[in-house]
Amino acid sequence: MDMTRLLSISLGAILVNNFILVQFLGICPFMGVSKKMDTAVGMGFAVIFVMGLASALCYPVNLLLVKLDLEYMQTVAFILVIASLVQFVEMFLKKSMPSLYEALGVYLPLITTNCAVLGAVLLNVQENYNFIESVVYGITGGVGFLLAIVLFASIRERLQFSEPPKAFRGFPIALVTAGLMALSFMGFSGLKVW
Amino acid sequence: MNFGKQLKDGLLTNNPVLVQLLGMCSTLAITTSVSNGLGMGLSVTVILICSNVVISLLRKLIPQQIRIAAYIVVIAGFVTIVDMVLQAYFPEIAESLGLFIPLIVVNCIILARAESFASKNRVLASALDGLCQGLGYTMVLLAMSAIRELLGNGTLGGNRIFPAEYGALLMVLPVGGFLTLGCLIALMQWVQSKTRGGK
Repeated sequence: MDMTRLLSISLGAILVNNFILVQFLGICPFMGVSKKMDTAVGMGFAVIFVMGLASALCYPVNLLLVKLDLEYMQTVAFILVIASLVQFVEMFLKKSMPSLYEALGVYLPLITTNCAVLGAVLLNVQENYNFIESVVYGITGGVGFLLAIVLFASIRERLQFSEPPKAFRGFPIALVTAGLMALSFMGFSGLKVW
Repeated sequence: MNFGKQLKDGLLTNNPVLVQLLGMCSTLAITTSVSNGLGMGLSVTVILICSNVVISLLRKLIPQQIRIAAYIVVIAGFVTIVDMVLQAYFPEIAESLGLFIPLIVVNCIILARAESFASKNRVLASALDGLCQGLGYTMVLLAMSAIRELLGNGTLGGNRIFPAEYGALLMVLPVGGFLTLGCLIALMQWVQSKTRGGK
């Protein structure tokens, strides 16, 4: 396996093409659960887990669809795989790791509608990644999500003590903050491994 | 149910993006030009109406436990149809919207309307709700894409307003999306606080 290629995929997914700040995937949970640090961390890890698994599972599903000439069913098939995967993970965690299940709480089912997961799977197909590359892309994309949401949550915790103009209270100032974070992530755009 | 109230709800008082804060991803990502915004807005409106009608028809048949999965399958079906229609008749728009057409499946607006409205109301009211919410979404997309295209490229709907050199590239980059939406929501909150204070 070509290590440099894997490294460049990972670096791309974490920094250069960060799912949230550059590709705009997964904004809803990014905004929704970033008010507190610990929920943000929990959500981040749940996303890494599901994105890695979804990338791995959707790879054979896609092969099957291509073989049957049913590529146009990709969206439907992938979202079903993701939805059932999330259900399954939820049941599994409830049985075997109740503490983690408690910690993730309501965020686990919400991952189904996290567009970063479906986005990662669709991008894997678009970029023609092989199995290992797909899994690496899924996991590192999740790491990028974790990085962005943790940074954002820590800024937001401090934001509560600031006094923006009245109209900007709450959501708008958070969006502007996210915009400034996106600006700083643009600095990574020239980064290349090889 | 009266149409006027639903329309006002969708466009202003309960606007899906500015008030309910749903469907952020597509709102931020594709509003770099007015044609993209219009294409995306209309696609979502069509899917929203169709899925609301079907889900409203099926609302007594779908068991409570698996309703979310059932909704998603219905939505995914319509998204696939719209995706294929766009690719066949409007290849340019399909090209520039790219990944975000299949991602309409996970656009929270559609699932939220299915869950909170279509699953409880009659077919006609659900169709109207889909239309009004879709129009509200389209309106926000048009406003955002007009601002970003004008300030970023100096064009509006492809017509040049001022030379490209004066455009702020920042506005068409991700940063501009966050800033524009933040300001729009702030404007909305300001207007709301004014009207409430007036009463």
